[in-house]
Amino acid sequence: MSGAEITPDQTPVLNRMFRFQWEKAQDSYVLLYPEGMVKLNGPAGEVLALVNGQRTAADIIQTLQAKFPDADGIERDILDFLGDAREQRWISL
Amino acid sequence: MSNAGSACNGQPSLNAVPTHGQPLWLLAELTYKCPLQCPYCANPTNFASKTDELTTAEWVDVFTQARELGAAQLGFSGGEPLVRQDLVELISEARQLGYYTNLITSGVGLNEHKIADFRTAGLDHIQVSFQAADPEVNNLLAGSKKAFAQKLKMAREVKAQGYPMVLNFVTHRHNIDQIDRIIELCVELEADYVELATCQYYGWAYENRNNLLPTRAQLERAERITNEYRDRLAAAGNPIKIIFVTPDYYEERPKGCMNGWGQVFLTVTPDGTALPCHSARMLPVEFPNVKEQSIEQIWNRSNGFNHFRGYEWMKEPCVSCDEKEKDFGGCRCQAFMLTGDANNADPVCSKSPHHGLILQAREAAELPVHDEPIYRNERNSRVFCKG
Repeated sequence: MSGAEITPDQTPVLNRMFRFQWEKAQDSYVLLYPEGMVKLNGPAGEVLALVNGQRTAADIIQTLQAKFPDADGIERDILDFLGDAREQRWISL
Repeated sequence: MSNAGSACNGQPSLNAVPTHGQPLWLLAELTYKCPLQCPYCANPTNFASKTDELTTAEWVDVFTQARELGAAQLGFSGGEPLVRQDLVELISEARQLGYYTNLITSGVGLNEHKIADFRTAGLDHIQVSFQAADPEVNNLLAGSKKAFAQKLKMAREVKAQGYPMVLNFVTHRHNIDQIDRIIELCVELEADYVELATCQYYGWAYENRNNLLPTRAQLERAERITNEYRDRLAAAGNPIKIIFVTPDYYEERPKGCMNGWGQVFLTVTPDGTALPCHSARMLPVEFPNVKEQSIEQIWNRSNGFNHFRGYEWMKEPCVSCDEKEKDFGGCRCQAFMLTGDANNADPVCSKSPHHGLILQAREAAELPVHDEPIYRNERNSRVFCKG
């Protein structure tokens, strides 16, 4: 299960255990789940904001490259993060 | 160099208001009414004298104000929250405010239509509590003949309708030896999270402590079996999460109760009294009411919420203890119940001069139990009201 590389053609979807939203009081995106909350850092929030069960990982990478043209090598970072998110069971692919 | 020195070197914080976090967790105890009679209920023993309940509009106002202060999780609790006829409306309002909404229920009074209505209103999660894994013990503890079958049916329905589901088993000496059957039942019901949570010895559970506290041997066996199941289930790729909470009566250091007084949790009781934890009502501290003060005043400025913030209130052995920032001296309610002084160290701590009280309770747990527990119902509650 874990360990397998995420490839750009895969389509991540948020697991139904989690709700993703912008939380004003935290000034960040968060994942809410039964009786708990994960505060996401900036990049993690940017990626998960694009996860909708329709966009492929490649779509997400492309969108973020366009949004942050000065950021180098974000493709690897995004795929690594999606791998971590799957391990945490936040998303499925 | 010793870390313990830092407390002495620090600047004295004269009149400084101790820092505190946001009330991320709002627990709305909608009512004290409940069809069950669990002898370990956390409600006050004198609940029969407290019959006032906030109106729908008052609750919505509480939710709105707390959300402004950063509350993200909202638990609908009680008593049995299903007793409130306006529950769908409360869920809907809370969800629109952006809360993650949790219904904490016995399942008694639930049916598939209500589960569907709650879903439509935006309910995120349902936690169903069980008393045991077999009908006899469950129904005996719940004080109801039909409770178990109803709970099973409702747990299946909750999953069928696509909710995340937490199953909560309150463990004690009468059911902890069935821990394997409890876990198997949770797996069969496809729970996402399982809380095998010990009785917290407050309220009714404190009155019934001799009847409920497991022995150390029972506890160790249950923990070992739980760990075996965890390994086996993880190896089989089952995502179920099992949380095992042991009674602090078998610890040598107290718990960092509520992550610190007035740091994360805000409980509002049926009559609008605001508390830093759902047991705090027992303390000789005046707590504010949402009908008289705003949530902002209550959280940031009320004496009740500032009472045990920071470290100024502490006595020895806590004042000079290098672990005080980790456990905050433990639980104020436990200190008060067992020693009569809420400023004392929680006697769970082996540094406490009252630790012998905990050792006595452990010894008492080794003896057979003959008494009937005191069930949580109106009639017994009136005895405590007179108390």
